[in-house]
Amino acid sequence: MGVATYREHLAAVKSGITEISAQEAAARVAEQPGPVLIDVRERDEYEQGFIPGALHIPRGNLESRIDNAVGDRTRPVIVYCAAGNRSAYAAKTLAELGFQDVVSLRGGFADWKQNGHEWKVPRTLTPQQLERYSRHTLIPEVGEEGQLKLLDSKVLLIGAGGLGSPAALYLAAAGVGTLGIIDADVVDRSNLQRQILHTEDRIGMPKVDSAETALKALNPDVTIVKYSERLTSENVLEVISGYDVIVDGTDNFPTRYLLNDASLVAGVPVVHGSIYQFEGSVTVYAPRVGPCYRCQYPEPPPPEMAPSCAEGGVLGVLPGVIGTLQATEAVKLLLGVGDPLIGRQLRYDALAMEFVELKMHRDPECPVCSKSPEEIEFIDYEQFCAAPARAVSAAPMFTIKEAVA
Amino acid sequence: MPPILRQAVGGAREVDANGATVRELLDDLTTRYPGIRAHLLDDGGELNRFVNVYVNNEDVRLGDGLETSVEPDATVIVLPAMAGG
Repeated sequence: MGVATYREHLAAVKSGITEISAQEAAARVAEQPGPVLIDVRERDEYEQGFIPGALHIPRGNLESRIDNAVGDRTRPVIVYCAAGNRSAYAAKTLAELGFQDVVSLRGGFADWKQNGHEWKVPRTLTPQQLERYSRHTLIPEVGEEGQLKLLDSKVLLIGAGGLGSPAALYLAAAGVGTLGIIDADVVDRSNLQRQILHTEDRIGMPKVDSAETALKALNPDVTIVKYSERLTSENVLEVISGYDVIVDGTDNFPTRYLLNDASLVAGVPVVHGSIYQFEGSVTVYAPRVGPCYRCQYPEPPPPEMAPSCAEGGVLGVLPGVIGTLQATEAVKLLLGVGDPLIGRQLRYDALAMEFVELKMHRDPECPVCSKSPEEIEFIDYEQFCAAPARAVSAAPMFTIKEAVA
Repeated sequence: MPPILRQAVGGAREVDANGATVRELLDDLTTRYPGIRAHLLDDGGELNRFVNVYVNNEDVRLGDGLETSVEPDATVIVLPAMAGG
């Protein structure tokens, strides 16, 4: 055919592909494993309603996005649009791209709806959110779905200090919907060399309030939950319950051990970071999946062997590196992508500019994670290394209360 | 050597020590630098529970502990728990 009208061309395309009715499509969608459903309509049409489980790839982006969306050419595919015409062209294209089993939904979404099959209005990002998170949604591993997941996520930051500052800023920027922050301190001028959440004009303000100001200014989407208190055996379970991931950037051993033990009761993964002078360390403690803090270090050191940053100092940019790595691991855990730093400890030496990965293993005789949650008792170690002014000479261990899962 | 022990070894980031096992190596090290002994070993000569030793990046605690053998050119990292944030 030399010159063809749209009608003629469409008819030719349809004769070269397979079409199925809404009823046949519904039957195939109900199968396990079902086919891949692809909605090739424009965004405004999709937002009005779609077939649950369908991937939304507008016709114009089909070729460029299909590899990332559906890598396996042998998977059965059902394509649909509004009335079955654009999807005919889409099916032809997919067949040309090597998909072996592609069909187009005859009559499209209109027929599907009319025949009483299930459909729903998709949860989508607002136009402002689409703009804000566009560099995320462009990444196939994140996409709009991943961004919605982040917006639904809750991360608890232990400490709004050196590590908590960059971690909180990046998590807020990434659109993690709820950020809990626990810190009992107020902003001090000596914090400002590294704690980039805080500012000169907020000296004296509780850190959780200062953090809220900074994070809200960066991203109003984020809900901030403030805990202006210390983590104790009394409040720890109540504070950490309900969070998806905990970012531990505290400055003292008693809190780190208490948090470890409680996270094993609550089953919440902890992204651990610590820093001293020019060196830092990051790892992920995934309860009962990998080692816990006590598998690695069964007990805290005595106070005279545990200088804090307040005593030993810390390079201001160091927590920027480590806290950002913690935020990265937290986002990966929330999205469920990549290889988390479980059973591996990444050490960073800023002076040597060297990263070393150390392997860690779960200890079958670990004093805490080998126990069931009901058996774990919390220990309030004497606060000995966070506030040098209050340093005491011994670190007596005593159990405050038994945790009940 | 971790930062908190460096003062005791004259500020060195790396030091040499001899021994066919971690125990022998730490004995040699603490003989050369007596100031770090209490940090690494308890009164019974066992590794403190807040210190880890890695031989070629593997934690010895869950392997053969202080009896872990050390090849001549092995890298041994001594790492006490660090709490700063």
